[in-house]
Amino acid sequence: MVRVIDNTRPRSDARTAVSAAARAKGKGEANGHLYKPRQPIYPKLVHGKWRAIKWALLIAALAVYYVTPWIRWHRPEGFPQQAALVDFTGRRFYFFDIQLWPQEVYIFTGLLVMAALALFLVTALFGRLWCGYACPQTVWTDLYIVVERLFEGDRNARMRLDAAPLSFNKIWRKTGKHLVWLAIAFGTGGAWIFYFHDAPTLIRTFWTGDAPMTAYVSCLLLTCTTYIFAGWMREQVCTYMCPWPRIQGAMLDDHSLQVTYLAYRGETRGPHKKGQSWEGRGDCIDCNQCVVACPMGIDIRDGSQLECINCGLCVDACDEMMVKVGRPTGLIAYDSEEAVCARTKGEKAVYKPIRSRTVYYALAMSVVGGLTLWSLIDRPKADLGVIRDRNPIFVRMHDGAVRDGYTLKIANRTYVQQRYDVSFEGVQGARLSQPGTVGEHVSIVVPPDQVVPVRVFVTAPKDAELEPSVPARFVIRAGDIRAEAKTVFLSGAANPQ
Amino acid sequence: MADQRETDHATGVETTGHSWDGIKELDNPLPRWWLWVWYGTIAFAIVYWILMPAWPGLHGYTKGLLHKSDRAEVTKELKALDIKRGEGAAQLRTASLEQIEKDPKLNAYAQQVGQSVFGDNCATCHGIGGTGGKGYPNLRDDVWLWGGKLEDIQYTITHGVRTGVEGARMSQMPAFGRDELLKPDQIDDLTEYVVHLSKRPADAAAVARAQPLFEAQCSACHGLDGKGNQQVGAPNLTDSDWLYGADRASIRGQIFAGNGGVMPTWGGRLSPETIKALAVYVHSNAGGQ
Repeated sequence: MVRVIDNTRPRSDARTAVSAAARAKGKGEANGHLYKPRQPIYPKLVHGKWRAIKWALLIAALAVYYVTPWIRWHRPEGFPQQAALVDFTGRRFYFFDIQLWPQEVYIFTGLLVMAALALFLVTALFGRLWCGYACPQTVWTDLYIVVERLFEGDRNARMRLDAAPLSFNKIWRKTGKHLVWLAIAFGTGGAWIFYFHDAPTLIRTFWTGDAPMTAYVSCLLLTCTTYIFAGWMREQVCTYMCPWPRIQGAMLDDHSLQVTYLAYRGETRGPHKKGQSWEGRGDCIDCNQCVVACPMGIDIRDGSQLECINCGLCVDACDEMMVKVGRPTGLIAYDSEEAVCARTKGEKAVYKPIRSRTVYYALAMSVVGGLTLWSLIDRPKADLGVIRDRNPIFVRMHDGAVRDGYTLKIANRTYVQQRYDVSFEGVQGARLSQPGTVGEHVSIVVPPDQVVPVRVFVTAPKDAELEPSVPARFVIRAGDIRAEAKTVFLSGAANPQ
Repeated sequence: MADQRETDHATGVETTGHSWDGIKELDNPLPRWWLWVWYGTIAFAIVYWILMPAWPGLHGYTKGLLHKSDRAEVTKELKALDIKRGEGAAQLRTASLEQIEKDPKLNAYAQQVGQSVFGDNCATCHGIGGTGGKGYPNLRDDVWLWGGKLEDIQYTITHGVRTGVEGARMSQMPAFGRDELLKPDQIDDLTEYVVHLSKRPADAAAVARAQPLFEAQCSACHGLDGKGNQQVGAPNLTDSDWLYGADRASIRGQIFAGNGGVMPTWGGRLSPETIKALAVYVHSNAGGQ
């Protein structure tokens, strides 16, 4: 396990036996309050490889989020034509050619387990890449900072503006920023609800007031959370609300790639004037660019920290400076603790992406993924449930025959109407019938995508000489579609007349 | 309490002056958020007094600006429910019993109505599963005293059995023993005859003695072959279903006393639509004749 500095707790050297009150009081920076006041962070815009990747992922993530509900998909008449739709009222989930019923949520469970394992694997290999590049909190915060920069300028301008007294300039810049933030937040909440209703319909009914209340409430909720999380709380969400920074310690090891300051190269740090010799000193010129670029407001040179989201913006910032002063780039880089240690000692750095931890994660992922995929491919087109009558458990007929009642629930999971032939197997001489109809043959028409409950009776003749409880099963067939359900036939042999 | 309040040295907060076993209570102010919520509730209460019914008086109460009334709302909801139920009821009214049973949607509706009405009104005697008991017919099997067709069931429910009301199903088995219409040994012989009818071993001599007696006294209703007659509610004596018990003592008791149960007239108590739904429910649960 890797040691991660947790700046949210008092340093270990400060942990002595004092009362909680005294400790709270003693927290200089907390001014006697239990919570540390937030230090405003003004991340500076950087340019470079990682920033470019972050921009690309930001655009891709937002595009997927906003465009997906608008993709149309052909399904038979009467079914939603939306590619991705969570239809709560119709209790169906649609995703392109996949359609799921509520009882198939285990597939989602599989997906969630896979997502968790993927997160473990990526973290074990490359550190908190999810946090730095793909997490909605990061993506939207990044977007909000773009807006902030547009209205208030870059880091220094923003700091000056915040320190300046109230003026027209300050008011319009702040108002404009918050209005655009709110608009983005509303767009976020607005796009969310399209996943749950037909998007082209909802976009009309939303404004006419005919949309369901849940749509308005969800939209409002997501508007608020987006505005508050990305606009006001930002890194506090990651540091204080998200459990992942605390869990990461269990995922990381000495071979995981993390944004690392190569202290052996950088130290001893200090300002450097042009033309000065680099002998006897480190490459770090203490320009503070890594710190001002950090959206989490930390100094990566202190070591691996709980707040660090592994976004690599400090890497870009540092590389830019290294080029300027004519030193090799990569003073801050994605690197593993093991490799850094080796190089510090002058040994050759070894990277081990394949190690027991990553193998286990990958293995678990493929097992869960395989099972999920298999259950998706093998998804039955019909489903049969049997509920035995419990009162009475059996009925004796006038001729001594015994009749059991069952309710069959036949689910047609196809988009076309099906006629299912029902048969009962397991009891010699038993006769299947349906109340109100004459004849031996029971066949049930089930409309597309529906469940139909059917009452059936099974009658066994008096001379069948059955055990009190006979294992049996119902089978439904429609062409090559087949489903069966186990049940028992109670013959009444335990209660002779 | 002293005039000067003591200050706790560890926290710098004043104490309340209360001390329990040496433990003193700090006099911290209420949390701000709590205070504001409290002020909020006070403001809410004032608005509530104005808008909603609030203050009791000698003659009624303050009505509030919104004129809200739970009673009025319940009345409205009940009316809405009547209208909603009216749709189903109208369909039940116009459709024939066969149509109701054949139409999957209407049948499902009738089953729901039937089940709840059966539970409320019929289950007391016939049992919640409809299997009856001694003296109360089993409605699940294929044995029917007054007919098991949809119309027969509807008629029986509507008019009842032996209620004395005009149109009710009516028949009376004589109490051959109690009213001394037959001698005890004749009743014994008849008992053997009835046991013989249901294909069980019986005393042959007694059966032979009872045959003319059965033809004279019983066959008018139960038929010469003992298969009964649904027109008069006379049960089939040849099957294995016995309303008052299958053993000799029970059969003898029935010949002696001539029991006949009463079923209420439900017409007038239940609406015709409800009775239709009930008939369909009973019919289909019995397998449907």
